[in-house]
Order: sequence, then C-alpha cells, then structure tokens
Amino acid sequence: MFRFALRRILETIPVLFAVASITFFMLKAAPGGPFDSDRDPPESVKKKLDEFYGFDKPWYQQYFIQMRNLIRGELGYSFKYPNRTVNGVISEAAPVSLELGLYALTVSICIGLFAGILASLKPNTMLDYIPSSLSMIGICLPTFLLGPIAILVFTLNLEWFPLAGWSTPASKVLPAFTLGLYYAAYVARMARGGMRDILNQDFIRTARAKGANESRVIFRHAIKGGIMPVVSFLGPAAAGLIAGSFVIETVFYIPGLGQHFVKSAFDRDYTMVMGVVLFFATLIVVLNLVSDIIMVWLNPKLKFDHD
Amino acid sequence: MAALLLSGCGQNTQTTAPGSGSGGSSAQILHITNGTEPEDIDPHIVTGVPEHHIITALTEGLVGEDPEDLHPVPGVAERWDTSEDLTVWTFHLRTNAVWTTGEPVTAQDFVASFERILNPELASKYSYMLFVMKNAQAYNEGKIKDFKEVGAAAIDERTLKVTLGAPTPYFLGLLNHYTWFPVHMATIEKHGPKYARGNQWTRPENFVSNGPFKLVSWTTNEKLVVERSPTYWDKDNVKADEIHFYGIVSADTQEKYFRAGQVHNAYQISSDKIPTYKKNKPELLHITPHLASYFYRLNTTKGVTKDVRVRKALSMSIDRKSLVENVTQGGQLPATFFTPPNCAGYTTTAGFKEDIEAAKKLLAEAGYPDGKGFPGVEILYNTDENHRSIAEAIQEMWNKNLGIKSTLVNQEWKVYLDSQRKLNYEVSRAGWTGDYPDPNTFLDMWTSWSQQNQTGWSNDKYDELIKAAGKTGDMEERKKLFDQAEHILMDELPIMPIYIYTRVYLLDPKVKGWHHTILDHHPWKHVYLDSSAK
Repeated sequence: MFRFALRRILETIPVLFAVASITFFMLKAAPGGPFDSDRDPPESVKKKLDEFYGFDKPWYQQYFIQMRNLIRGELGYSFKYPNRTVNGVISEAAPVSLELGLYALTVSICIGLFAGILASLKPNTMLDYIPSSLSMIGICLPTFLLGPIAILVFTLNLEWFPLAGWSTPASKVLPAFTLGLYYAAYVARMARGGMRDILNQDFIRTARAKGANESRVIFRHAIKGGIMPVVSFLGPAAAGLIAGSFVIETVFYIPGLGQHFVKSAFDRDYTMVMGVVLFFATLIVVLNLVSDIIMVWLNPKLKFDHD
Repeated sequence: MAALLLSGCGQNTQTTAPGSGSGGSSAQILHITNGTEPEDIDPHIVTGVPEHHIITALTEGLVGEDPEDLHPVPGVAERWDTSEDLTVWTFHLRTNAVWTTGEPVTAQDFVASFERILNPELASKYSYMLFVMKNAQAYNEGKIKDFKEVGAAAIDERTLKVTLGAPTPYFLGLLNHYTWFPVHMATIEKHGPKYARGNQWTRPENFVSNGPFKLVSWTTNEKLVVERSPTYWDKDNVKADEIHFYGIVSADTQEKYFRAGQVHNAYQISSDKIPTYKKNKPELLHITPHLASYFYRLNTTKGVTKDVRVRKALSMSIDRKSLVENVTQGGQLPATFFTPPNCAGYTTTAGFKEDIEAAKKLLAEAGYPDGKGFPGVEILYNTDENHRSIAEAIQEMWNKNLGIKSTLVNQEWKVYLDSQRKLNYEVSRAGWTGDYPDPNTFLDMWTSWSQQNQTGWSNDKYDELIKAAGKTGDMEERKKLFDQAEHILMDELPIMPIYIYTRVYLLDPKVKGWHHTILDHHPWKHVYLDSSAK
C-alpha cells in the first residue's frame, strides 16, 4: 500500500505543474487586469504598479518567476487585499471550509446511507419511493434556493438558529445541512443502486440459504460491497463540498475559501487565483487517493499493486 | 452530529446581537453591514467606499464633517485660514489631538503622510486626489524628486501650510477623503518599507490611528470591530462604545440579517423588495439622493452613434420617468442632464426634452426614417440583473418609439471595462459617483485628456471652459462656466443620461445621529443607539 500511495503522490507533481501552467496562461489570456477599475489610476501609477508586480517583463520571464516562486512555496501578496499574503488568506479560510465540508460530508453520509439502504431493502414499496423521490428533490433543489428557504423557516420564523456567520455551533447547523443534503441525495441513490446489485448476487443467496437471518445478511455481507459506489464517489464529493461551497458561503456569510475561489477570478487577483486553484487541486488529488485506498480495503477484488 | 445539534439549540441567544435584550446595561454596540470586505484600512492603498466607512471611524483628517450636511468642521485642525485667492491654506492643529500611542498628531505627520501617498514607489491608485496641491502631480509622476517643492510644509509642530496649484473652492471638502488622512509613519516603518505595498502595519495588533475609534479585531470576511478610543481629543462626545462592521456582500443576506435583528442596517436592498417595504415597513426603508449618475456612453468614433442626430434621437426617445417608476423602483431621479442637482449649490440649466416626434425627425434626417435601414445598435452592460432590466426596458422603448432594433450584450466586469476603454462598444452602460461634492468631479471627466472619457468625444470649447473653471475661486463664476460646459455636453450627447442614483437601504429606528447625506457619509462619532425608540 505504501508503494501505491507513494507512486500516486509522485504522479501528482506533473498534474499540479500542468494545473499551475494552465492557470497562469488562462489568467494572462483573460481581458482586463487586477488594477482595472471604473476609476483608472494615472498612467504613471499604473506603470509603477506593473513594475512592482513584474508585469513589465516578457511573459516567459513572468512564467518562469511564477513557477520558481511556487516551487519555493511563495504565493506572494494578494492584489485585491494588498497587505495580505495569499498563504495567509488560505490558512485563515481553509480551516473554515474544511470544517464546513466535514460537517456536510457527515450529514450527507448519515442521511444518504440510511435512506439509500432503507430504500434498497424494500424495492418498489413506499419505503423505496419516499426516500428515492426525496433524494430526487434534493438533487434538483439548488443550494441557492434551499439556503434562503432554510434561513426563512428556521431562523426568521421558527427562530431555532441564529444567523451569525460562522461563530457558535448553532450557526453551523443550517449551512452544514443545506450543503450536506444536496450530496446526501446522491449518496442515497448510489447506496440504493449498490445495495440492489449486491443483494441480487449469488453469495447473498448462499448466505440466506444457509439460514443467516436478514439483518446478518445485510450488515455482515451486503453493506461492505453495497456502499462501494458511495466510497468511490466520496473522494470527489468531499472535494466538491470543500471547494464548491461558494453559494453556501455567500448565503450564510461564512468566511471560507470558496468565495476566494470565485471572487479572485473576477478580481483578476492573479496570485490568489493561483494559490486557491493549487490548494484545491492538491486537495482533490489527496482525497481521491484516500478514497482509492478505502476502496481497495473494502473490495477484495482490487489490489494496491499489480505485480 | 447530535452534539452539534444540541449545542446549537442551547446557544440560541446571542448576547452581542442587538434586540436580544441582553441585560439592562445600555451597551452602545452598533452592528453595521458595510457592503463588502475591506481591501485594507491603509488610507493610501484603498479605493473603495466601504473602506471609507471604516477608515473614518479610525482616523481623523484636518477637518471633520457635520453629521447633517457634511460641511467642514474642525478636526485635527481647530481652525484654518486661507489667502484671498484660495491657494494658500494654513491649518492650526489642536494641542490635544494624539495618536493611540499617546504621541501628538503634528504638522510633520501630515507632510510625511502626503509625501507617502504621492511617492511614486507606493503607486497609490488614488494619489490623484492630492493633485490640487502645488507640484503634487509632478512629484507623483517622478518629474520632481524633492518633496520640498510640493506645496505642503510644516511651519512648526502645529502649523501646516498647504499651497495649491490653483484656487480650489472645494478644497476643504476634499480633505474629508481618506487620501488626505494622516498615518503614523513610525508604525509603518516598523512593519515594512514605508513606500512599498505589503506592509503589515494595518494588522490589528500593529495598527495606530488618531480617530474617534480604535481597531480591536479584524477577521477576514467576518467582521471588523472598533471601540471608542480613550486617547481621542473629543472622546466625551463619541457616543457608541463599539462598532462592528460586517462585509456581507449579498443584499439578500444583509436583509435577512437585518430582519433577524443581528445588524442595525442593510447596506443595500434588492429592488424587488422595495415595494414590500414601502407598503409594510416604510419606517425602516430609506431612500436618499446620492451623488451619482447612471448613464449610457455612446461611442462617437464609429457606427451609427457617430452621428449626433442619432445620439440625440436615442436620448430623446426613452421614458425615464416610467423607467425609474417601473423598473428600478428606488425613487431615482430621471435625468436629462449629467451632474446631480444641487451639487455644491450647482444645478445645471442644461438638458433636453424627451420628445418622440422630434427624435423620429432627427432619425429620419440621419437617414433612417421610421427606423428603416437602421443597422441596429448593441447595448453593452456589465453582468448584473438590474442593468439587464434597464437595458431591456430601453431596448423596448427604442423599438416601440423609433422602430429600431438593438441587442443586449453583457460582459463580466473586467472584460466590460476593457471593452469600454478600448472603445470596443456602440452603447455602453455606466455609472459615476462623485469623489467630492463639487460639479468638477462630474464634468472634468469629459475633457479630451481625461482617462474616464472613453467615448472618443472631444470639444475644444468644452475643454477651455473646464480649464477656466479650475482657475477661478469665484464660485458664481465657476458655476456659470460649468453650466456652459454642461450645455455643450447635453447638446452633443456623447453620453445619454438616464437617472440620478439614490441610496436605498434599511435602518433600525433605534439608530440615532444618522442623517441622509449626499455622499452617504455618517460621521461615526455622532451615531448612537436609542433603545427606547421603536
């Protein structure tokens, strides 16, 4: 397993290099720059800013300097927030996003697995239809709709939860559920499908024939294989939960990284875009690796090494 | 999960939130939504309005603002005098104005601050606000190396002499812009090079200022907290104990926070909510005139808009009253002129009549009778729901009134700015907020040398009038010159004025000492909470 993990980690280096290069050239290609506004600074000031940030150099030199700085781990200062380093902003915001992502992931796994497994046991009955339709609604309802509705109902009308950004545990409940429910719906559908597949297999029939009771069949034999599709989905889902929380962050006013991901591109905050993109790229690679390792553990048909 | 839920229910009441009825002590804590996260709080680096709100709580300039009409009142300077021709201003600094470190605020501090913002190495984007000062521009452009040649001199510790390049009647108003505020140079030098970006002096643990409040904490994308400064010279008249500034961007989220009683204002409100508030809670809704103009740029270098008759026809054939009543709904003032009325006492006599018949005639003269043969025109706007609704309404009016087709094109903000700058558009949506209360901030942008012009239009007579207005200190004479200039502008119409902005926001009736001001400034030392108000 160690060799497998090491190989996968080494494979990420060219991936990240490619991501950084593509990001660099896409930013260069985008019209407008970080200093453009509806109030243009005097030309002399613009020139000085370009000099300060090295924009007066030819593009290949800028590219070289950028790559060199990245290798050294220097992401530089943000353009939008001129007295803050990109490292600083990420280290402030990432824990919030990770925490939110973790809660949301917990919500989605708990609710999704429960509903999905339940639905798979009694196919084509109400026990199947209700969770299945609810999960369909969950997938169709975008978070930018679900979020404000949740605030309206649980904060403004029922007054169960405060609307306090990201401070007290109570303030974290609604965002975690709103974000988690969307993925719970996917998890439920995958768990149902996976469980249905497994329950139709020969070894389950054998187990039943041998007189194992139903709960033993499900918990001892079926679940491990049945949730495989969910596990393989969790890697990308976890990354999505952490990176894609922009809408939730805006609706609930949470100081996470998702909004930097989106806003920095609009601001042409070159250094910030680069930093956040690389952070998320690394995160996705790592989470996929983790989910792959779990997969191999769960599935005896897979092995870490081919040799 | 259960623990999360349980602890959630247990902490339902927030002691710091207003309206939670916490204790009988009348803690004066203002919770203010401020539009967006501040870029920074270094007055020489930032460019935005939200930053202005925070910086004016923390820092005080030579003069302050009257809370009701913003006329200049003594600030760090307890009095000032000026030469007859309004070019030499002498400020007498008060003895008890001190920094949060306890050191006095001196005339040298101001000179050093002016030197910092004008220093070419700092590359301050707003340095041009100081260009009225003699040789300031030349120094900023690197043409003069010695700052002593710039018109700022400390006569002694408490006397500051500022020499201007030309008479500037609105000079005192300018001084309330944060670019003129003093900074504590010793602190800046302690935390990095003084003329370079990326200085850490504005971090809460480092920050030194001289205003009515001092910085307590600043959590990115959450809130910035200030508390009353014990060293401020007028601390006895500062009423609020603390102000919490929230950078909530979404208007809907602001409104929800407001409704939940967690903040005292909603910085802006989406136009679809205005009618409901007007009907049900008019006491919370505030609509006030704003020193800003909404207009379309018309490209005078190419296409149909090259022809002044077409530009006139386009301008005259839309119904602005209907537009503000049915589309924007925020009480905006329909405008057939550019400078907002009563701007430092100036209200233009220029303008045109909305007249569909006359517009049709002009269009026919330009070769497009009843719109026949008109190649169509493209309206460019930056991606935004409100701009789209307005553009759609105008598209419809042009189609109905002139029989011409137009298409809508939206571009993301920076792309749109790029297109506009390169004159890569036919008709382009725009807005302009005055930097200071004087018609000059609206009219000098249409001179041939202005970077903000971006219409390709120039007019020698116009340029001369604006230049002449910049040379006289006589306000009546200036008004006349500006008025003549605006007549030329409204005659040639390189722009199509649409309306004068209003500020539309929600405010808790408990907030007192907050007045409607044209620049949306609310000097914080006068603002407080009256919990008995309903």
